Amino acid sequence: MSKMTLQTEGDTHVVVTRRFAAPPEAVYRAHTDPKLVQKWMLGPEGWTMPVCISEAKPGGKIRYEWSNGKGAGFHLTGEYLELEPYSRLVHVERMHLPDTTPDNHVETRFDADGTGTLMTVRMTLPDAQTRAAMLATGMERGMEASYVRLEGMI
Amino acid sequence: MDAASNLNAAFSALADPTRRAILARLAKGEATVMELAAPFEMTQPAISQHLKVLEGAGLVVRRVDGTRRPRRLAKAGVEAMDQWLAMLRKALEKNYDRLDEVLASMEKQKRGEKR
Repeated sequence: MSKMTLQTEGDTHVVVTRRFAAPPEAVYRAHTDPKLVQKWMLGPEGWTMPVCISEAKPGGKIRYEWSNGKGAGFHLTGEYLELEPYSRLVHVERMHLPDTTPDNHVETRFDADGTGTLMTVRMTLPDAQTRAAMLATGMERGMEASYVRLEGMI
Repeated sequence: MDAASNLNAAFSALADPTRRAILARLAKGEATVMELAAPFEMTQPAISQHLKVLEGAGLVVRRVDGTRRPRRLAKAGVEAMDQWLAMLRKALEKNYDRLDEVLASMEKQKRGEKR
């Protein structure tokens, strides 16, 4: 499998790409079917997702609750905006840590790539400051697809 | 400041493109405010203001050299941020590695159903 890439784009975007050995339909389903999401979107070792709601329709609700089994936990809520099975998803999400983070607008594309899929996640934050804060806090558990190589610095 | 608020300050400091450019310049070696101001078409006070933010965030330190005050990258601060990003990246990669397994078992199940 090719490695994941992640980079910032402009002042407010974060873009992640990753290839998968399965066709777009399967990768799309693994992102929208709560029973499947619950199996992988867990972040670091030891965390689970006891609550996973994903209503895959325009306006449908998203709610993911994570727990480390030792009393620590947090959750994410969101809504689906656009769904084009099995090529594109658009949703907004926010973390509750417990303070609510500004909305992250996320477009996820699933493009056929040979027998597999090239997935591209493009996140848009309201401003540069929010993107910076998300990197430092919102992604604390490494959950959200928002990870950065800081554009040539360091 | 504790480690978390230090990181917060560091990432906030990086939200500004001029400050990222200053850090990129300092990654090549130390420089004075005057040297830093030259390529940016900014006044020295404006650059000093950015340096103050970077110093506050633990990313830049200054040295006394006679009347000069050259700035350089603060190794500890930069490394802390690097490690943080590496950790986040690792957690995300772990998610996708798990997704690989979920996809493989979906495929297996599908083949089973066809039989």
